[in-house]
Amino acid sequence: MARRGRAFWAQLAFTVLVAAFLIVPVAMSITAGVTANFFQGVKSGLTTRWIGEVWRLYRDTIVLSMTIALATLIVDLAVGVPAAYVLARRRGWLTRLVEEALVLPIAIPGLATALALILTYGTWREFRTSWLFILVGHVLFTLPFMVRAVLAVLSSTDLPTLEEGARSLGASFRQRFFDVVLPNVRSGILAGALMVVTLSIGEFNMTWMLHTPLTKTLPVGLADSYASMRLEIGSAYTVMFFFMIIPLLIGIQLAARPRKATVVRDEAA
Amino acid sequence: MLPAAVIFAAFFLLPMARLVAVGAGGPAGLAAYAAVLTEPRYFRSLVSTVALAAAVTGLTLVIATIAGVFLQRNRFPGRSVLVAMLTFPLAFPGVVVGFMVIMLAGRQGLIGDLTRLVTGAKLVFAYSMAGLLTGYLYFSIPRVILTVMAAAEKLDRRLEEAARSLGASPWQVVRDVIVPGLTPAFLSAGAICFATAMGAFGTAFTLATEIEVLPMTIYTEFTLRANFVVAAALSIVLGVITWLALAVARTAAGSSVAAAA
Repeated sequence: MARRGRAFWAQLAFTVLVAAFLIVPVAMSITAGVTANFFQGVKSGLTTRWIGEVWRLYRDTIVLSMTIALATLIVDLAVGVPAAYVLARRRGWLTRLVEEALVLPIAIPGLATALALILTYGTWREFRTSWLFILVGHVLFTLPFMVRAVLAVLSSTDLPTLEEGARSLGASFRQRFFDVVLPNVRSGILAGALMVVTLSIGEFNMTWMLHTPLTKTLPVGLADSYASMRLEIGSAYTVMFFFMIIPLLIGIQLAARPRKATVVRDEAA
Repeated sequence: MLPAAVIFAAFFLLPMARLVAVGAGGPAGLAAYAAVLTEPRYFRSLVSTVALAAAVTGLTLVIATIAGVFLQRNRFPGRSVLVAMLTFPLAFPGVVVGFMVIMLAGRQGLIGDLTRLVTGAKLVFAYSMAGLLTGYLYFSIPRVILTVMAAAEKLDRRLEEAARSLGASPWQVVRDVIVPGLTPAFLSAGAICFATAMGAFGTAFTLATEIEVLPMTIYTEFTLRANFVVAAALSIVLGVITWLALAVARTAAGSSVAAAA
């Protein structure tokens, strides 16, 4: 690299400033979450009291969010993977239309989707007050991500040839799907799964409308704590949320890498 | 395929049809949709939402391009840490973004403390339109930086060399070579950014319920005034705007862009 001029340092300073804008509040909330009194500063002492408070007040929301994320993942796997398979095998105007339609729940704000669900099914009391109502919203919102992740891998593998080979050896459709197709799209399923869980845990726009006092998820609880609890509790709660999503984010980064390697291998073969 | 189609039809198509019908089913009929334009309160909310989303999109593109192209072009110690810091907030929901703005510019925020030290007066802007703008920048910058970095990687550096050898100044290279090369990425990232800023709800909800942006107006009409007709009509209008913006994004970038709204 040549001698670095003034332009380099100016841009570096700018980039560091942007990074600070994003990270300083994160650092502040982590500090506030373990500080006895944030107004007085760290000198008031460090404490795990607020984390304990959050666990006492909001444990249910964390459990419910994990339950819903897992259930969303199961439904998305059961429904989304076969759908992606059909979309990949049958290219035509109908499948293209379906592909377009499936993306609509992402394109339309969650608030609108939630209103539509409430206006249609809101009078069905057992359904409205159960967590399944939130599950429906999360499945709508996350399904396109699962379908697209699997579809991306499917379109980069030569599936028809692999399947033909299996069929010529006498494999039934069931055997072909589970022993040939699924192992080949494993990386896509993994990437999609991590994405789905991350999105479900953080979903608020829709969930705020769909939740009831007995079905509060983590982001709903967060909004509640920001509005009605002291800053330290909101911070401690946010820190717990960070620790839930950090492993998922790292997983997404790692899952993105081997997929590139597979594609290269396929082209070389 | 069938289960996906059934779930989609029962829980999305049918409710959406119902939403359209409710919007048109009030005493005013289809005129409820026109009310978005004729009723000053809704129209003001629509205009300020569009203005806010446009401002966020413009600012984010400028900031993310400077930082993204810089990070793509230079290798230096600490670069990967910077990239990690810039993309960490990707998965934050709107409510958490709102809280981050409160941390920065709220009543006990950093900016308030700094300005009190310097000028004696405490600057607090989290609970206003400026706070919302800050929140949406916070939310959009990581996404757009990733897109810009990916696009900048594919730029042909020989074009810049050629321009320079023909006597172009650094500024001319940026204006006439780099920016045109990144235009497809700008269009797709900008449209996603715009659509997200239009429809986002969590950040505004955390900061202040009085901020009149369209999602907040819909929320107030629905829950506080129980005005289902107007809420439904406004939702449809909002949905059409965001859908159109994302359609632009996908045509601009081919089908490779994921609408990560």
